[in-house]
Amino acid sequence: MDPVGGEIKTPMLAVQIRKERRNSGASSFLLDVSMEVPAGITILFGPSGAGKSTLLDCIAGLVRPDAGRIVAGEEVLFDSSIGINVPAQKRRTAYVFQTLALFPHLSVEENVAYGLKDLHEEERQRRVEEILGAFRVEKLCRQKPGAISGGERQRAALARSLVTDPRVLLLDEPLTGLDADLKAAIVDDLRLWNAAKRIPILYVTHTREEVDALGERVIALENGRVVSHGAPMDVLDAPRRKRLAQAAGFENLLSGAVRDLREADGVMRVRLGESPCEIEVPLGYAAAGDHVQVAIRAGDILLATERPRGLSARNVIEGRIVSLEQRGTLVTARVDCGVVFVVHVTPGAARALELSVGKQVWLVLKTHSCHLVK
Amino acid sequence: MDALFLSLRLALCVSAILLVIGMPVAYWLAYSSWRGKFLLESVVALPLVLPPTVIGFYALVAMGPRGPLGKLWFMFFGHGLAFTFGGLILASVLYSFPFAVQPLIASFESVDRKLLDASAVLGAGRLRTFWRVILPLSLPGVLTAGVLSFAHTIGEFGVVLMVGGNLAGLTRTVSIDIYDHVQSLEYADANRMALVLLAISFGVLSLVYAVNRRVWTPWAAK
Repeated sequence: MDPVGGEIKTPMLAVQIRKERRNSGASSFLLDVSMEVPAGITILFGPSGAGKSTLLDCIAGLVRPDAGRIVAGEEVLFDSSIGINVPAQKRRTAYVFQTLALFPHLSVEENVAYGLKDLHEEERQRRVEEILGAFRVEKLCRQKPGAISGGERQRAALARSLVTDPRVLLLDEPLTGLDADLKAAIVDDLRLWNAAKRIPILYVTHTREEVDALGERVIALENGRVVSHGAPMDVLDAPRRKRLAQAAGFENLLSGAVRDLREADGVMRVRLGESPCEIEVPLGYAAAGDHVQVAIRAGDILLATERPRGLSARNVIEGRIVSLEQRGTLVTARVDCGVVFVVHVTPGAARALELSVGKQVWLVLKTHSCHLVK
Repeated sequence: MDALFLSLRLALCVSAILLVIGMPVAYWLAYSSWRGKFLLESVVALPLVLPPTVIGFYALVAMGPRGPLGKLWFMFFGHGLAFTFGGLILASVLYSFPFAVQPLIASFESVDRKLLDASAVLGAGRLRTFWRVILPLSLPGVLTAGVLSFAHTIGEFGVVLMVGGNLAGLTRTVSIDIYDHVQSLEYADANRMALVLLAISFGVLSLVYAVNRRVWTPWAAK
């Protein structure tokens, strides 16, 4: 659903704000961001405490930034230089909170109708029915939020905020705690709804899986600043900072020293820690002797019980399994190769390979699965 | 029996008045971020620690013919305020103020702030948010406030004696009636009245505690 012509008319949310938060004590936290959010889903990603929720609160008008400018479409919602600060009630931003904040004493229907007080009874009824249908909760309209399931509550909360025909939709981790299928179904309904409305949707999450599932555009936030933005692959697969790397699901974060550069091949060799273990990684801005960090996803590492031959992968490392742990449908193996690697395999693979603690194994790593972290 | 009905009438008026003026005060105390808020909080709590005679004394002075309230009252109604039912109501409102306001503050504060944010984002102003969200979710607190100020007013003695005197049918409440009976050694009469008062107080307090245990809440807690 890319915009077809008329770029100017595409509603866009432009945010450029600074906000100092005075916590109890001296620790202060600075939100200093500048971003443009086009129509469609944009993911706001970052570790907890990065300022994601504060940013949404500023956009919704619940928190007043110290300085800056917020523009939705053609209307200025906040501009410190000319003293504009549209109150939250008049901003027409929809906001779905992490806790959903459905009114517990009102039925689903009454919750959804809450934001439509200015409409005629018939028009209000029509809009409520329409949105309840779009989010498949029409059958629950007389139930109280306490009596319906988590997924249904999330649908009801989405319906309540979207029925008001907002200019911007802010979602603060609204789908945490749902299983992947349910989450995907709700996101599909949201996309369907937005195909017609085409408003900017800012979707906050700190989990990697949600980024993969939603992926259109990602803005990565850390310590109150935008550290990168773009397509999910660009933002998350070349992590620039350690905490972001961990948040993005790079289970292996290894420090090492550059041994030599092979510029003709576009690679360099890195010796990991104090071990004799060396791996080949893509060429980065580094010189021989520099200390670097290498991020590798546990799921990107292959595990073999015999020394593999004839592979394109450049890194084959011998080691021993030091621990095995199954959680759900994922087996986590820790393999000591001088440094300890975390490797994810499926339970089926673990059984077929007869993995056990102490067993000798070989790890296979593609050069491009090794990401250099500055 | 006159005294009992007078006490009930007084308590009903006082709790109704307290609910009406207690709500805006409690709302402000619950949500204001003004740094000097503690001052008003202290004033509201004063009747909890002051002897009733002190409150009664100041109320009497204010309501007297030379006091500001007394003068004002005389201008409008042509008679004094002290030793009248109206004066009794006024003094009782002062005396029971914390019993109405504090449960209201507690229940307003316990409403999830995110619900207020949600209401604002959905376009509701403060008044609508109060009527549609805060008040319905604070009903146990409102009931507690009403019931406590009712019970407290029924049981008061010192303030009533100072401000109302002891005029049969006009300002002689149950507690003063009991005192009178004891003074004249009519123990049987005193006992009858005291038992009624005991029963009312027990019933009312059971109601408050039952509601606060959420024995009957109209929506299921998650």
